[in-house]
Amino acid sequence: MSHSRPIRSSSVQPPRGQSPRILEVRTKILKKNDELARAMRAEFEAAGVVVVNLVSSPGTGKTAFLKETLTRLVKAGEPVAAVVGDLETDNDAQRLAASGAPVRQIMTHGLCHLEADMVKAHLEGWDLSSLRYLFIENVGNLVCPTSWDLGESLRVALLSVTEGEDKPLKYPGLFNTADVAVITKIDLTEACDFNRALARANIEAVRPGMRVFETSAKTGAGMDGWMEWLTRAGQA
Amino acid sequence: MHELSIATYVVDLATQHASQHEGSRVAAVTLRVGSLSCVHEAALRFSFDLVCEGTPLKGAELHIVAVPVSVWCAACQAERELPSIQRFACPVCGAPSADIRAGRELDLESIELVEAALP
Ligand SMILES: Nc1nc2c(ncn2[C@@H]2O[C@H](COP(=O)(O)OP(=O)(O)OP(=O)(O)O)[C@@H](O)[C@H]2O)c(=O)[nH]1
Ligand SMILES: [Mg+2]
Ligand SMILES: [Zn+2]
Repeated sequence: MSHSRPIRSSSVQPPRGQSPRILEVRTKILKKNDELARAMRAEFEAAGVVVVNLVSSPGTGKTAFLKETLTRLVKAGEPVAAVVGDLETDNDAQRLAASGAPVRQIMTHGLCHLEADMVKAHLEGWDLSSLRYLFIENVGNLVCPTSWDLGESLRVALLSVTEGEDKPLKYPGLFNTADVAVITKIDLTEACDFNRALARANIEAVRPGMRVFETSAKTGAGMDGWMEWLTRAGQA
Repeated sequence: MHELSIATYVVDLATQHASQHEGSRVAAVTLRVGSLSCVHEAALRFSFDLVCEGTPLKGAELHIVAVPVSVWCAACQAERELPSIQRFACPVCGAPSADIRAGRELDLESIELVEAALP
């Protein structure tokens, strides 16, 4: 993006009879989404439900990680629910429902991210105050979900060992809005020659101080630590 | 391509504002876009022209002011502009900082109205 000052056409001679007027608007472009998300956040807080937004590239392992998380919470007797966004198909909702938690699919039909109104529409009929956690699996995309607040309490950025260590440097915008990062598919570390220390250093570079977990939905490695952290976050 | 959604929000906002000024049309809009906002300028320009078609903004110009990232450096007690968004550390003393003061902007700054041509 260029850093040059914009050329205002007011400096150009307007056609005869037209006197341009500049209206200083100064509003957030996503105001409509921001305001709805703010109202939803207040509603979630009042209901006492912790809302977790999971964001990553396609195929990082959001569904696998979330299914494991939901299964453990259901086993522990925690009331949980999830909504999952995908461009098409309800495959992910079906996979997640195997955990025993209520799950709803949001089909975006081409839209590359979830917006607050889509989440809100899919919560209808659920008694939020009976839930402890509500998870939102965003559409697989490391760019587009960044600016859309969904009213979540926590944003989790996921990165798999198969994607390489430099993802955080390539997508700093997204990692920078996250509250916690999860490195998934840690069981493939050797196979992918993945440098864990380098990945952690890259996350630290774009988001100093952020907590990082290393997990495998396949072997269950690292899931205990994540669950403990989540439980504590849920009580805070 | 979320730029299409952003363009739609911009055009909706600008149309709303313009509708309060009868007899005028939008000749240009100016946005402030932070470098952390994940907006691709070319994609946004393309989307903007597309969304403007068939609205009172048809043919409107799009001005984009890029806003670099600044963080607060606790060590220096100063706001520092970052030379790159790959390292959130003070460019002067090297102290890491997650305290972002600028760079997330996605704002509609102003709208330029001109008299609409008589039908
Ligand atoms: N080895 C291994 N494979 C995994 C792990 N987690 C997920 N996978 C595999 O990675 C592929 C993608 O996983 P998903 O959970 O569907 O990924 P996702 O991020 O939900 O994908 P989208 O929703 O399409 O963006 C599947 O084939 C999973 O079986 C893991 O921990 N270890
Ligand atoms: Mg999925
Ligand atoms: Zn400093």
